[in-house]
Amino acid sequence: MSSFEPSTELIRLSAAALAAKLKAGEVSAVEVTQAHLDRIASVDGEINAFLHVNTNEALAVAAEVDGIRAAGGAAAEELHQLAGVPIAVKDLIVTIGQPTTAGSKILEGWRSPYDATVVRKLRAAKMPILGKTNLDEFAMGSSTEHSAYGPTRNPWDLERIPGGSGGGSAAAVAAFEAPLALGTDTGGSIRQPGAVTGTVGVKPTYGAVSRYGAIAMASSLDQIGPVSRTVLDSALLQEVIGGHDPYDSTSLTDPFDNLVAAARTGNVEGMRIGIIKELHGEGYQAGVENRFNESLELLKEAGAEIVEVSCPNFKYALGAYYLIMPSEVSSNLAKFDGVRYGMRVLPKDGPLTIERVMAATRAAGFGDEVKRRIILGTYALSAGYYDAYYGSAQKVRTLIQRDFAAAFAQADVLISPTAPTTAFKLGEKLNDPLAMYLNDVATIPANMAGVPGLSLPGGLADEDGLPVGIQLLAPAREDARVYRVGAVLESLLEEKWGGPLLAQAPVLDSNSTVAGGSL
Amino acid sequence: MAAINRDDVAHLARLARIEMSAEELDRMAGELAVIVDSVKSVSEVAGEDVPATSHPIPLSNVFREDVVGHVLTPAEALSGAPDSEDDRFKVPAILDEE
Repeated sequence: MSSFEPSTELIRLSAAALAAKLKAGEVSAVEVTQAHLDRIASVDGEINAFLHVNTNEALAVAAEVDGIRAAGGAAAEELHQLAGVPIAVKDLIVTIGQPTTAGSKILEGWRSPYDATVVRKLRAAKMPILGKTNLDEFAMGSSTEHSAYGPTRNPWDLERIPGGSGGGSAAAVAAFEAPLALGTDTGGSIRQPGAVTGTVGVKPTYGAVSRYGAIAMASSLDQIGPVSRTVLDSALLQEVIGGHDPYDSTSLTDPFDNLVAAARTGNVEGMRIGIIKELHGEGYQAGVENRFNESLELLKEAGAEIVEVSCPNFKYALGAYYLIMPSEVSSNLAKFDGVRYGMRVLPKDGPLTIERVMAATRAAGFGDEVKRRIILGTYALSAGYYDAYYGSAQKVRTLIQRDFAAAFAQADVLISPTAPTTAFKLGEKLNDPLAMYLNDVATIPANMAGVPGLSLPGGLADEDGLPVGIQLLAPAREDARVYRVGAVLESLLEEKWGGPLLAQAPVLDSNSTVAGGSL
Repeated sequence: MAAINRDDVAHLARLARIEMSAEELDRMAGELAVIVDSVKSVSEVAGEDVPATSHPIPLSNVFREDVVGHVLTPAEALSGAPDSEDDRFKVPAILDEE
């Protein structure tokens, strides 16, 4: 784009910058929201980040914020600092007034009669909800290719995956369709898409953000968290959505109100940062390893002490995860039975019994990956195998927690690449479930132990010019630490690059030709 | 540990209430065999003295006050149901006969 256009400038601002402009009256919430809706209209045909665009409601909320500001007085003073800053919501999270599909045919057209707690909090802060973002069906996948509504494309290269399961939220933020988004992370579904799209994603401590209204995949691993372009923006968003919720019995009572302050600390002097020996090196792409080492150098120059820690049981985390997660999946997805919500399919012939209707409904409504995991979970939980599989995996979970405890005795924060490779091509791993599962090898341990993890852009890999993610991990309840170190590393890297990494992303335009031919 | 075969998958699919075609059973059995093989090392890692962890951050006795909060109305609860009658979910026959 050659000429200066205010709307294209607005979409590139961070949530914090937009909030400041809104408060100062330099721009209206309607203008900000409309700029993002225009951007969605212009580029989402190519990206497919959104399954539903919530135009009317988003503009109405924005107009309400503008009205309150214009009237002034106490109501204007009491507006949340992010009031009028728009946000996208992963379509696994239920919303009144918009469809929620979970990326599955079985919920096509379904509308929730209640809001998720995080959505209620967005509404209370008067943040316009732009729409619902694409995901692997029921959040099962690392590429968003398992969505029943077509894959999302990576804004850095439209022939590559945006990560998964939250590829829609990450791509929307990377393509400047939204400054903020909500994701969910069961084994890396916020952090790995962040890594491969050059954005920031955080999996908070398990229980720091209510899971009420997130359609459950694996309840002991699932966590809602923020997606953004800057570390500070994720901290701002986690403070909006976090806090104790009586509707979620696993919700923690800790306040988690020091995250924004932590992101603004500005130094890491004297902090001990631990390299996890088992989470880099062999199996990691050379360009990923190079960017990782570069981040370590920057942190060392900034006064952090770099130590090496060993977590010998992490090598069993992926295997244990693929027993625990499907076991919980097989139980959680039993409720999609063609009775209470969503699709009902009648068997083609034979007697019309409820069992046969369920089997026909689930056969037609679920995709291959969901079926694989339900069958695997049913197997792991079945008599004769329960102790060997599910029981053993739960013991491995204890060993992983012990590894973390030992590591955090030596280091305040742990660091690793977020994903072993940069974004791969669409279709490349679709028929090889095991290869797909390996994408989450570095992110899964945090879910197994419930600890917080943040992924931020670490630069571009030399061999393919695609984004690399750096992961920071902290002990449970110490989310502030990943924001503190993340914000410092981000500013050091941006100084080196001369601006944000996404400034180097190819320009997306509905009229531009796509490299590699039309899509 | 026994490998997973086509008959196992057919049995598990019945338990999980997912109808599967012959082609699907063949494909799924092959894929699951590879996955099960890759995760079976997990059963050899932890000794008997290692306790199981079911929940990453242990909480106990999570109670709330015994008062009626917001609940869905019957119309809201039934709003997404494929079929309903008299404020109830309606299903086909529950007994296996014509």
